[in-house]
Amino acid sequence: MSAKAILEADGKAILNYHLTRAPVIKPTPLPPQATHNPAARLASLYFPEDAPVTAVLDQAEVTYPWLLARDAKFVAKPDQLIKRRGKSGLLALNKTWPEAREWIEARAGKVQKVETVDGVLRQFLVEPFVPHPSDTEYYININSVREGDWILFTHEGGVDVGDVDAKAQKLLIPVDLGEYPSNDQIAATLLKNVPKGVHNVLVDFISRLYAVYVDCQFTYLEINPLVVIPNKEGTSAEVYFLDLAAKLDQTAEFECGVKWAIARSPVALGIPTIASKDSKVNIDAGPPMEFPAPFGREMSKEEAYIADLDAKTGASLKLTILNPTGRVWTLVAGGGASVVYADAIASAGYASELANYGEYSGAPTETQTFHYAKTVLDLMLRAPLHPEGKVLFIGGGIANFTNVASTFKGVIRALREVAPLLSEHKVQIWVRRAGPNYQEGLKNIKAVGQELGLNMHVYGPEMHVSGIVPLALVPGKTSDVKEFSG
Amino acid sequence: MPSAVPVTNGTSAPANGVNGAPGLSANDNITRFAAPSRPLSPHAAHTLFHNKTRCFVYGLQPRAVQGMLDFDFICKRKTPSVAGIIYTFGGQFVSKMYWGTSETLLPVYQSVEKAMAKHNDVDTVVNFASSRSVYQSTMELMNYPQIRSIAIIAEGVPERRAREILFVAKKKGITIIGPATVGGIKPGAYKIGNTGGMMDNIVASKLYRKGSVGYVSKSGGMSNELNNIVSNTTDGVCEGIAIGGDRYPGTTFIDHMLRFQEDPNIKILLLLGEVGGVEEYRVIEAVKAGRITKPIVAWAIGTVAGMLKTEVQFGHAGSFANSQLETAAMKNKSMKEAGIFVPNTFEELPQVLAQVYQKLVKDGTIKPEAEPVVPKIPIDYSWAQELGLIRKPAAFISTISDDRGQELLYAGLPISDVFKDNIGIGGVMSLLWFRRRLPDHASRFLEMVLMLTADHGPAVSGAMNTIITTRAGKDLISALVSGLLTIGSRFGGALDGAAEEFTRAYDKGLSPRDFVDNMRKENKLIPGIGHRIKSRNNPDLRVELVKEFVKKNFVNSPLLDYALAVETVTTSKKDNLILNVDGCVAVCFVDLLRNCGAFSAEEAEDYLKMGVLNGLFVLGRSIGLIAHFLDQKRLRTGLYRHPWDDITYLLPNLAGGSGAPGSEGRVEVTM
Repeated sequence: MSAKAILEADGKAILNYHLTRAPVIKPTPLPPQATHNPAARLASLYFPEDAPVTAVLDQAEVTYPWLLARDAKFVAKPDQLIKRRGKSGLLALNKTWPEAREWIEARAGKVQKVETVDGVLRQFLVEPFVPHPSDTEYYININSVREGDWILFTHEGGVDVGDVDAKAQKLLIPVDLGEYPSNDQIAATLLKNVPKGVHNVLVDFISRLYAVYVDCQFTYLEINPLVVIPNKEGTSAEVYFLDLAAKLDQTAEFECGVKWAIARSPVALGIPTIASKDSKVNIDAGPPMEFPAPFGREMSKEEAYIADLDAKTGASLKLTILNPTGRVWTLVAGGGASVVYADAIASAGYASELANYGEYSGAPTETQTFHYAKTVLDLMLRAPLHPEGKVLFIGGGIANFTNVASTFKGVIRALREVAPLLSEHKVQIWVRRAGPNYQEGLKNIKAVGQELGLNMHVYGPEMHVSGIVPLALVPGKTSDVKEFSG
Repeated sequence: MPSAVPVTNGTSAPANGVNGAPGLSANDNITRFAAPSRPLSPHAAHTLFHNKTRCFVYGLQPRAVQGMLDFDFICKRKTPSVAGIIYTFGGQFVSKMYWGTSETLLPVYQSVEKAMAKHNDVDTVVNFASSRSVYQSTMELMNYPQIRSIAIIAEGVPERRAREILFVAKKKGITIIGPATVGGIKPGAYKIGNTGGMMDNIVASKLYRKGSVGYVSKSGGMSNELNNIVSNTTDGVCEGIAIGGDRYPGTTFIDHMLRFQEDPNIKILLLLGEVGGVEEYRVIEAVKAGRITKPIVAWAIGTVAGMLKTEVQFGHAGSFANSQLETAAMKNKSMKEAGIFVPNTFEELPQVLAQVYQKLVKDGTIKPEAEPVVPKIPIDYSWAQELGLIRKPAAFISTISDDRGQELLYAGLPISDVFKDNIGIGGVMSLLWFRRRLPDHASRFLEMVLMLTADHGPAVSGAMNTIITTRAGKDLISALVSGLLTIGSRFGGALDGAAEEFTRAYDKGLSPRDFVDNMRKENKLIPGIGHRIKSRNNPDLRVELVKEFVKKNFVNSPLLDYALAVETVTTSKKDNLILNVDGCVAVCFVDLLRNCGAFSAEEAEDYLKMGVLNGLFVLGRSIGLIAHFLDQKRLRTGLYRHPWDDITYLLPNLAGGSGAPGSEGRVEVTM
């Protein structure tokens, strides 16, 4: 639960819906729009593994009939939190639908290398193309810091925007919205290099954009380019947000979930709804917000399973697979301790061999711990044998209130189930844990290690929290701390 | 000052009073606390907590409160640190807590206003409100000028709300610790909520007395690890704060580091930072500007982030680097350059801390104090039980169902299997009544009995009672029970009676004819024999159904065969003296218990003696009685009154003065 990036399509839908609805903090220079924005034209296309690409595209033509309009031109691009798509050749501009379709067909479901990361392209966005001269491309960015929200603005936007930190005009909106700047202040600070004629339009747009940012609890919002096409007299302008990246505060779901949902409802997107028998009832007027995984790290079945387990309990269960064929695996309790373990493994020179990041905490039950441990062990033993064997850290800090013996019971059950494989894969197991009833927990796991003939080392609170990592990974490293003896 | 007395006056105390008032038993072992004396001079601004700190705990967290009181007790505080509990959903007025081995009562307030009015000595709050409600409650708490600090425990507070809280707090000079934290601890003085873990860990890390190290950690879990490291390598913790893992903690490293700089008891500062945010740099600036002069040992965790191919959101919401500056590696490097003691890895931190400490001991800055006696704290019953240290006989035993685990168990069978195996009502009855799976035919027989006994029309006495009670406007349970209470040896009791008489005769080896003759000699009717209308030529179809089922499915049915032989004898006397449905069900049930193979002979007799047959009838007939209740309700029938003309009134004639003394009122009925 934290600030999470969202799809460009979702971000645009939220802006389009709420720009005219979110309450502005101070009156803008323009009168409120008499009508709300028309439904956003956002064809957000997902290509699942088990469906032919053409079928998805055929369906898109039904769902979004405007794709088939005569002489219409479109923009097509992957929508998977990829930065600098233009530079990676992942932007198809000014295409007819057949051209855009062909462009997508050539890429959907295929592996794509972006900078250093490989990932499969599965999510695309198609929207109408807005022709504009290049000198109308602006850039705006809102991001949150402790003191308030920074608005960054520059009149030189576009693909080659460069170092915005250096060249953009900046304005800090304090947390206390009572100190919100006046329209003149906004124009004077941010719009220095913009023709006077479009000031009113832009101040209005920025104020509304910021209102949405606050009202929908964004934590980051970047539009590049923001296209501002002035009228002939240069007194007013049309504003388009062509490319957008945004993060929402996931923890605000209980306050904003309804706003995020309604903006993305079929009605708001102009999609005819066909009631079907097996359609799910959503808690809000639209679909619940989804937070996609970063590009190149599609959620695996196991990660999804743990995320699902996590959602159903007050305890915390997290799993991220970094390298499924890595040699070093972790089963660590506690949000802080798990990071410390990852650090220690990396600083021992095994960053590339680190297979997973994860943690369990908040007093999970024995069964939950079992399922969590089982998932990690299965993943570790599914990967091919490694000539040098593998290393498993069953670690954790000094628990505050989790009963260590009880969570370890779950770990022990999982170890028992895969014991023969652990030996076959030559897995070294290093244990360090403390907290309520740790003596019992360590005694039990040590006994099981001996019984099953596992290569296992067990330590209690006398050992530094992550002290077992250099012991296991750094050749020749020794410690004065004695192993737990029960 | 009287207004600061926790429970001596006012509406929050229970009616019997708690101020030594009459009505209290002399040996209730409850300790009461007078108003704490106020320090004569105010504490220095850098002192957030001291050994007279009094707080409210917002939210019902008896375990955390007990932990705080236990800590106070072993720190030899005179009064508990918790003055009261604020619980807005509460109906409770006091909460009973332990003070050492004796007990004490903590007032529970439904409103912040009341709590504040009662305890003007309270200046800090531990807020356990959920992430959804913590914003409102914290804003409300900050309206009271007596509050100096609030710890926010909840994880998942929206970032905008957290910033609004910290903005207001800053304006009012209130110290916010958290959100998403375990809190903090001042050894020997005060502990927030669950900080420091269980008592054995507090003792192990010597948190009952002050040391010389002040630490600030982002992670609450790691703060416990720091307590351990500090107690192993130095003379202990003087104060430790976990600022919380969120992106916008109410106070950050610098706020507490500056306080620690001012605190003469603190000689070494320890900082455990993390990837994400730029708050560590403010400490660096303070060091460079000379505002912090005490030695600092520091480490930022999350150095792995830069070495991974993709972005990873770690456990804490704030642990995400948005720029190079926010990476742990850069922070460690910058801190080192500023002259802060930064180890090469976190594993080497204890060593570095030990070196700094030893140097300060050597130059006389730190003079280690003599260790006080390690205090003892009684272990909680529930925890001792979990550790397997104690035992006591249980007051109740249950052998049929268990709701404690992941899944409800019926006689050991998980409820999901009950449905997967489709064992039906009969199967559930066999599990709960007999603690075993009976053969399929036995379960179906039980269901058959329930179906057959479900109802017998409105005229029978049980149904009548239910109907009359329903018509009197009573609820379902009253109406049902009034019908059930009618069941006894006369109504519905034929089942038990029949089972008993037939079984006894059969077991004695009486021939059916002898059995009938004996019963007649004793002037007893044979229960289970005879029907008002049905006869041998006009058989009761219900009986035929049971017989057919039993003959087809049971291994054998000696008692049914015996009862049918008895029927041959009785019907030869009178045509309607047939084996009726009660008799048939009863003997078949005995056959089932004895011969289905699931019960030993003793068990079978035992169940019969317990009256399990009656149970079958009660359960079955409840279906019908509820049906009559619903029927009457549906028909909207009114109160029933029996007509006079259907009652014969025979009253004594007192006016006549006839009759012997003492029997004036008696109505003589001559037969």
